[in-house]
Amino acid sequence: MMDARTQLLSPTHWRWYESLLWIGVFALPALLPSHSLIINEIAIVALFAVSLDLVLGYTGIVTLGHAAFLGFGAYCAALFAKFIHPDPLLGLIVGILAATLLGALCSVTILRGSDLTRLMVTLGVALLLLELANKLDWLTGGSDGLQGVVMGPLLGRFEFDLYGQTAAWYSLSVLLLLFGLARRWVHSPWGATLIAVRDNPLRAAAIGISVPSRLAMVYTLAASVAGAAGALLAQTTGFASLDVFALERSADAVLMLVIGGVGWLYGGVLGAVVFKLMHDIISSITPQYWTFWMGLFLVMLMLIGRERLSPSHWLKKTKGDQA
Amino acid sequence: MLTLLFDGIAYGMLLFILAVGLSVTMGLMNFINLAHGAFAMVGGYITVVLMQRWDIPFLWCLPLAFGGAALLGAVLERSLYRPMYRKPHLDQVLFSIGLAFMAVATVDYFMGSQQQIMQLPEWLRGRTEIGDGENIVLGMGHYRLFIIAVCTVLTVALQYVLTRTRFGSRLRASVDDSRVAAGLGIPVNQVFALTFAVGSGLAGLGGALGAEVLGLDPTFPLKFMVYFLIVVAVGGTSSITGPLLAALLLGVADVAGKYYVPKLGAFIVYALMIAILIWRPQGLFVRKGAK
Amino acid sequence: MTTTVLAAHGLVKRFGGITATDHVNLSLQLGARHALIGPNGAGKTTLINLLTGVLPPTEGRIELLGEDISHLPSHARVARGLVRTFQINQLFASMTPLQTLAMVVSQRRGLGARWWQRLGQDAAVVARCEELLALFRLTEVMHQNTAALPYGKRRLLEMAIALACEPKVLLLDEPVAGVPAGEREELLQTVAALPADVSVLLIEHDMDLVFEFADRITVLVNGVVLTEGTPEVIANDPQVKAVYLGHGEEVRA
Repeated sequence: MMDARTQLLSPTHWRWYESLLWIGVFALPALLPSHSLIINEIAIVALFAVSLDLVLGYTGIVTLGHAAFLGFGAYCAALFAKFIHPDPLLGLIVGILAATLLGALCSVTILRGSDLTRLMVTLGVALLLLELANKLDWLTGGSDGLQGVVMGPLLGRFEFDLYGQTAAWYSLSVLLLLFGLARRWVHSPWGATLIAVRDNPLRAAAIGISVPSRLAMVYTLAASVAGAAGALLAQTTGFASLDVFALERSADAVLMLVIGGVGWLYGGVLGAVVFKLMHDIISSITPQYWTFWMGLFLVMLMLIGRERLSPSHWLKKTKGDQA
Repeated sequence: MLTLLFDGIAYGMLLFILAVGLSVTMGLMNFINLAHGAFAMVGGYITVVLMQRWDIPFLWCLPLAFGGAALLGAVLERSLYRPMYRKPHLDQVLFSIGLAFMAVATVDYFMGSQQQIMQLPEWLRGRTEIGDGENIVLGMGHYRLFIIAVCTVLTVALQYVLTRTRFGSRLRASVDDSRVAAGLGIPVNQVFALTFAVGSGLAGLGGALGAEVLGLDPTFPLKFMVYFLIVVAVGGTSSITGPLLAALLLGVADVAGKYYVPKLGAFIVYALMIAILIWRPQGLFVRKGAK
Repeated sequence: MTTTVLAAHGLVKRFGGITATDHVNLSLQLGARHALIGPNGAGKTTLINLLTGVLPPTEGRIELLGEDISHLPSHARVARGLVRTFQINQLFASMTPLQTLAMVVSQRRGLGARWWQRLGQDAAVVARCEELLALFRLTEVMHQNTAALPYGKRRLLEMAIALACEPKVLLLDEPVAGVPAGEREELLQTVAALPADVSVLLIEHDMDLVFEFADRITVLVNGVVLTEGTPEVIANDPQVKAVYLGHGEEVRA
């Protein structure tokens, strides 16, 4: 039997097939250049889903308003590029900082209350921001969206071309970096305390964990990562619109996690890929009725029981350790 | 200003009738049902179809809207909702969102995505004004008067059933503690089923009544879901007076907000809700010691 | 002269019209093996909840090692050495015993905020976990999911978690409740083997255990301290007999 130390450390190491996966992913924009745009899209929503996994999967905070941070990051990065400086990396940092600030502010809202209260408050914040963006149309372009965001070259050298290859590699790089960071977080003692808070907040407090401060911290961090995704979205599409705050965005991310499995970061990535592909395939068959099929899928999935279907569940059964 | 208050009250009472079913099922079954708005939509569309295709008078459509939505609720409760009662809240949320999506898409497919026009009967189209000319103190649309009247009657009836009938006390017992209630011989499953059906029926009735005031199109369930949830979250789930007060507050706040500060629109409502929920996470009107 | 490690002064807790805790004074000495007994509904768990900060007191004061902790949040009290176990197991279902203990030990040693380190990297933490697992006979099951463990093992884990917090004062809420006879011995031996400098307050219904374990007993009835004293005194107290046994049976000492 494995000794204690090895057993604890084993889920934290990068497996060889993981490295292979990422190398493969990075090769995609070179191998399939005409698909660079969708690769870019998938990378961005995957990052968003991973950020949601931190709060929903690992800490158990039920939220339907995570898009608040996606949107805030997007608009701030877009405004920065348009009015102050078009450098993408600076804009990314601005987007992240802005979303972090907002996350810290909003973390007050999720500290108390039942699941329903949290649902309402998080949704309320996202809708509030949507209304704000709508009404401040002199700044944000209102319902027309913020247009004409032209980005400077990445690292001073790589122009954002029409094919989207630069965009795809940019987004993939940010995804990998933040994914790697998140991976460190969840496998650390700090990450373990998150799981403790999710599984049993009463006992977590009884072993010395300050539940409110954990909640606030993880919510802020998740907001940062979501803000990064938002900044990428605005920068690579050159555009920011109101729907970035909408309920659908948040719900889509939840759905991706449900598909891919919560509580293991790859769930967000896997879910994003499957969701996007499903969306494209179904939309091309019956364009208006994506909502219906998604609804049916959700209903069936919930009735069957998502634990039994999630890949992370299978992995746990075959490997016998925690992902 | 009194007119605004009047309109707000009408809007609030309508919201109450729409949301009361949600509040009771939430308190009773601890089930977050985001598809509640779909039942309201069904009621609205039943009314429209009956009036437009079969020339059935408006007043007759109302009980039919109630009945249709209640029937749908009963069927769905039995078949789909019941297995979901014990599942975690997140699953319930996703399940009901899925149902709502299906409802939206189905209605869109069969009825098209345009706004439905409700033809009110003549006697409901008027308006009574107190004061005259420049000094209108209070303007009351007859339809809104009708809404207030119907909703008041329903509220009184609900309160009566809840407090004076055997079913009402069984319901209250089941809300307080369903295991103990079952242990006392109360047929909790039947109570659930009936309550869910009535709640959905009321939503349907509300949808029919509200079609003229709130508009009716396939996106109704999603658009107004937030408002219903606000009523329940702020009003609490342990009484019906809580949601009533919350709905009235919301109605008046929304109408007043849109009139006085149109630039901010729904912003005020959301901000108010967030503030209330942070201050009192269990809702504003919960009695002490309740869930 | 022994020192008082934990003291409650005039503790009152009211819920609406009900007074669950009525001017309770309690004093726990260093190294004590102090038992708290009383009929069901006496308010024993409420008292524990007040002491640990799960419930705020309506009136009264609590002191830990001389410091007033009456308004300190639960987790801060744990950091100062006040640890409890729960009557109903409060475990972390998705973690294994090893992971649970590693997390608790890390948290206790101030490593709970270290996001850059891997869980399991700190050798001292791992060593402590292995110690605790051995002490509580959980080594064979350390890799199993907590949810799959038999009840007795879960109860052992419940206590192991408390020990991992390095308590100075340990409040045990009915540690052998519901434990099948075969696994009780394990648990009892571990309770008996607790370090001498840890002061223990034990809530129990099992009189055999109480009289075997305690050097001091407090009797709580309807939220009021009925009496307090050594086991011999309590065993022969007619009031205690009346309350507990109702019909004057002998209480074995």
